[in-house]
Amino acid sequence: MAANGASLRSLLGTGRAGPLWELFFRFGPPRWSNYIRSHWAGQRLVISVPYLWLLLFFLAPFLIVLKISFAEFAPLGRPPFESILRWSEEGALQIKLLFTSYSYLLHEPLYVSAWLYSLKVAAVSTVLCLIVAYPMAYAIARASPASRYVLLMLIILPFWTSFLLRVYAWIGLLKTDGVINNVLMGLGIIDAPLAMMNTSFAVYVGIVYSYLPFMILPLYANLEKHDLTLLEAAQDLGSGPVRSFFSITLPLSLPGIVAGSLLVFIPAVGEYVIPTLLGSTDQLMIATLLSDEFFRNRDWPRASAVAIAMLLLLVVPIMIFQHFQNRELKGNKR
Amino acid sequence: MVERRYDKNKFEPWRDPAAKPYVSIDRVTKKFGDFVAVNNVSLKIYQGEIFCLLGGSGCGKSTLLRMLAGFEAPSGGSICLDGQDLADTPPYERPINMMFQSYALFPHMSVEKNIAFGLKQEKLPRGEIASRVEEILGIVRLTEFARRMPHQLSGGQRQRVALARALVKRPKLLLLDEPLGALDRKLREHTQFELINIQEQLGVTFIVVTHDQEEAMTLASRIGVMNRGEIVQIGTPTEIYEFPTSKFVADFIGSVNMFEGRLVEDLPDRVRIQSDELGGVIHVDHGISAAPGAVVWAAIRPEKIDIRRTPPGSMAENCVRGVVKEIAYMGDMSVYLVKIDSGKTVRVTLPNIERLSDDERIVWDETVYLTWHPGSPVVVTQ
Repeated sequence: MAANGASLRSLLGTGRAGPLWELFFRFGPPRWSNYIRSHWAGQRLVISVPYLWLLLFFLAPFLIVLKISFAEFAPLGRPPFESILRWSEEGALQIKLLFTSYSYLLHEPLYVSAWLYSLKVAAVSTVLCLIVAYPMAYAIARASPASRYVLLMLIILPFWTSFLLRVYAWIGLLKTDGVINNVLMGLGIIDAPLAMMNTSFAVYVGIVYSYLPFMILPLYANLEKHDLTLLEAAQDLGSGPVRSFFSITLPLSLPGIVAGSLLVFIPAVGEYVIPTLLGSTDQLMIATLLSDEFFRNRDWPRASAVAIAMLLLLVVPIMIFQHFQNRELKGNKR
Repeated sequence: MVERRYDKNKFEPWRDPAAKPYVSIDRVTKKFGDFVAVNNVSLKIYQGEIFCLLGGSGCGKSTLLRMLAGFEAPSGGSICLDGQDLADTPPYERPINMMFQSYALFPHMSVEKNIAFGLKQEKLPRGEIASRVEEILGIVRLTEFARRMPHQLSGGQRQRVALARALVKRPKLLLLDEPLGALDRKLREHTQFELINIQEQLGVTFIVVTHDQEEAMTLASRIGVMNRGEIVQIGTPTEIYEFPTSKFVADFIGSVNMFEGRLVEDLPDRVRIQSDELGGVIHVDHGISAAPGAVVWAAIRPEKIDIRRTPPGSMAENCVRGVVKEIAYMGDMSVYLVKIDSGKTVRVTLPNIERLSDDERIVWDETVYLTWHPGSPVVVTQ
């Protein structure tokens, strides 16, 4: 037993084993009260609470969804899939993993096109948001401190109304006999109403409108911190205002651009409400498809596979986001 | 070996009436709303000078510098550099560079790129940029740090990068805003001399803004003392220190003992001042321009006062009795605060030339006599 412990110890390495192993090998079984007092006091306890929360309400459901995505669809079942674990007649445990749901996603053109469309909508909306938000964030960051908070308040104000209501309001604005068409026709600018509802245009308008604050706020937070003497220094060294912007302000605001873009891009890919209410029915986004699979076809395994694939494809941009965030933190230490 | 472009001992273009000023600031005023930051300042600065603008915070020195750089527009008056009026030239077209107090290094660029930034704006060929960056890195001794980022450098190294970045453009005029303000004491002294060396090597005209009189004294060929937006005195460090023309300057530069008095004897080669504050007569061996009976102030530097235990032969003038109230031993010198009979406290400093034994040393509460040479006091009328 002792030899076993020693080999285990060398396997784990003294430095890396962590305090629990250290204590175990030094004093036998841990005395929990001491251990908690010395190592779990304060900081760790505080950190562990949100982690526990995530474990319970994110990781556990994720694993359930992952499990369902490998199960076999059973249209008449309740729930409508067969368990992946089963006892065979000989009493052995069988694990049956099916990849049909995933391969279906790759082979069914509807899914591929919904995927590409979602990515396109998210990417274009992100770029549009950036173009609209950057000048706004810049202006707010350079405004006088008193008006700055009023302007920021105005950005945040729409959040006080329900998201769903705000998207519904756009229907009233965009529909054929809606506000915009009536005003334009009243002014004699157009003769026939424009078809804006149930188009990609309406989806872009909805997403840009809804996600604009998520672009403005990180950009503002970044631009507000800029040291303006850097711009004076650039000017002093012979760089005009426009060149100074591109060589100093823009590169220094890159972390803000990345943060804002990801905050818009990631939820926009999976956006469900806006395309459902404003978008067309012949060009589906991936989230709409997912809900159709789940609620209409009751094909839980396939819906789960869509969800997992969506998550995996979004992990990449999230990791880029983290990378830039770390870099900014390091840069700020200076 | 540093090649000197100017002979230091003979470099005094401001004494030559025929010399053409390089920078001429003519009746420049700057107002922010009702507040007059710079009030009717005129200055002539000559090529190759290190001119220091010295003053407390809010005296307008930085505003004047920012007007030279072009970040602020004067409310009135004109600024000419090398015969060219700068009024309509934006900062990015002026042949002037500035070293910022915070250094303002671009945090996202390496040392090399920071320095090359200004040259890139001139659209110079790549090879020339590289060779000029290389050359200036050698001058400021940062060659091996070329690829570092600013946050990886020490304060002194950052200061040298900022200097190199401004100098590499070969400006006609270099403005330095508190160039040594962020450095610790030891490094400051070293950097001061280095700065002078580089200036002499490149022959660039410097205008330095500082609130630190020691910095101004070591760096400057001439100092302009500023107070409340106005230049109160211009002169070499020696002139400013030894011959202040006002109470403000005498008090601002170094420490001074000021005695208010009335002019009782006014001859071309000597004056006598009866001072109640001193409780005696001050004899000055040079004439001044003031009416007899006028109220004047005699300023005497602490190091020009002698402290002794025995009364001098004559107590009639330039002598006062007092009791030592404080002694501060500073190593190289000692500061004595002596309360004289009139009740005023006089500051005296003596260099510690010899190591004195305990009974030779002047001690607390000892009665002493303070004397000074008639050449020591400076008489100011305002």
